Amino acid sequence: MCQDCGCGDVNLVPLDVQQRILARNEDTAAHNRKHFLERGIFAINLMGSPGSGKTAVLEATAAAFEGGRKLAALAGDLATENDANRLTRAGIRSRAITTGEACHLDAELVHHELHHLDLAGVEYLFIENVGNLVCPAVYDLGQAKNVVALSVTEGEDKPLKYPTMFAKADLVLLTKVDLMPYLGISLDAILDSLARAMPVPNVIVLSTRGGLGVDDWLGWLERNRAMAFEEVMA
Amino acid sequence: MHEYSIVQSLVDSVAAAVGAREAAVRTPVVPTPVVHRVDVSIGELAGVDCALLATAFEVFRAGTICEHAALRIDRIAALWECPRCHAAIVRGGFLRCPSCNEPAHLAAGDEIVLQRIELEVS
Ligand SMILES: Nc1nc2c(ncn2[C@@H]2O[C@H](COP(=O)(O)OP(=O)(O)OP(=O)(O)O)[C@@H](O)[C@H]2O)c(=O)[nH]1
Ligand SMILES: [Mg+2]
Ligand SMILES: [Zn+2]
Ligand SMILES: [Zn+2]
Ligand SMILES: [Zn+2]
Repeated sequence: MCQDCGCGDVNLVPLDVQQRILARNEDTAAHNRKHFLERGIFAINLMGSPGSGKTAVLEATAAAFEGGRKLAALAGDLATENDANRLTRAGIRSRAITTGEACHLDAELVHHELHHLDLAGVEYLFIENVGNLVCPAVYDLGQAKNVVALSVTEGEDKPLKYPTMFAKADLVLLTKVDLMPYLGISLDAILDSLARAMPVPNVIVLSTRGGLGVDDWLGWLERNRAMAFEEVMA
Repeated sequence: MHEYSIVQSLVDSVAAAVGAREAAVRTPVVPTPVVHRVDVSIGELAGVDCALLATAFEVFRAGTICEHAALRIDRIAALWECPRCHAAIVRGGFLRCPSCNEPAHLAAGDEIVLQRIELEVS
C-alpha cells in the first residue's frame, strides 16, 4: 500500500542506489585528466563572474611568457567566439566552446574540443569557463587546479554570497586592482571574506593595466605544474 | 540553470538503476515498473538550488521513466571540520582550526546523490 498518496493496491519496492548523480561527468573528467597527465599538460579551470577579467588575464599571461611557454586555451561562451579570437590574437592556440543555453562547461564539451585542438608540446591549457559564479563550480572538467578571477569592482562580500565557487578554488586572482582608488573598497575586507570561504585562501592581487601581480601568477603556474608532474613521476 | 542538466542526469541514473534491477530479476514479461518516488541528497555547498531542481524535475519528468514520480530532496548542511582534531569549524568564521591551525576540510555538504528509488510493483 502506498502511504504517500493513498493510490491503492500497488506494492512499493524500495531500491537503494546511493550513486553520485554526476558520475558520468566525473568519469569523463577522469578521462580528460588522463589525457592531460600523459601529455604533460597542466590544465586550469578558470572561472569567475561575467567580465571579471578572465580573458584579460590570459592575454597578459601570453604576453608575459613572451612565447617561452606553449599555451593553449578553450574558451567557453554562451553565444560568441570573441574570447577565443582574442586569445588567438594574443598567441594562444585556442578554440571556442559555444554552450548556447548551458551556463557552464562540462567534461564532455571539453573532451570533444580537446580532440580538435593541436596539443603537441602544450604545457598549459587554460579552460576559460562561462562567466558565472555558480554553475561552473559544479562540473569537474579534469583540470589540475581551479582558479577564480574576482575583480575588485564586484564588492567585498562575493566570496560569502557564492561559497561553493570559492570553497573549490585553489587560487583567486583578485583582478583590476588598478581601480581600487576609485572604488573606496578595502583590500583587507576582500581578503577577510575570502578567508571565510576558502580553507586555504591563496590570493594573487593582479592588474593587467601595468602588470602588477602577473609575475606572481606566472610563478604560481610554473611551481604548480612542476609539483603536479613530480607527483606523477614519484 | 544547470538544475535542468542535473535533472537530466538524475533521470538517466534512475533509468540505469531500474534497468539493472530488471536485468537482475529477469522478468521481462512484466511491464517496466512505475517509479513512485525518487530520493536525492543535495549538499548546501553543492551549487544546486533545491527549488529550481524541484521545478526542473516537474517540467522535465514528462515522458520519462520518472513521469509519475515524486521527488524528495534531503538538504545536507555544510560541515567543515579540522582534519586533525575533527573539531567542527563554525561557518562564517575563518576556515582554519583555532587549535591546530589546519585548513578546514569539508566533511559534508557538497553531495549530489541519488539515494533511493521506490518502485510500484503490482
Ligand atoms: N582597469 C582594468 N580593466 C580591466 C582589467 N582586466 C580586465 N579589464 C577590463 O574588464 C573588461 C572585461 O574583461 P574580460 O577579460 O573580457 O573579462 P572576462 O571575465 O573574460 O569576461 P567574460 O568572458 O565575458 O565573462 C574589459 O573591458 C577589460 O578591458 C584590469 O586589470 N584593469
Ligand atoms: Mg572572457
Ligand atoms: Zn579522449
Ligand atoms: Zn546553472
Ligand atoms: Zn584541529
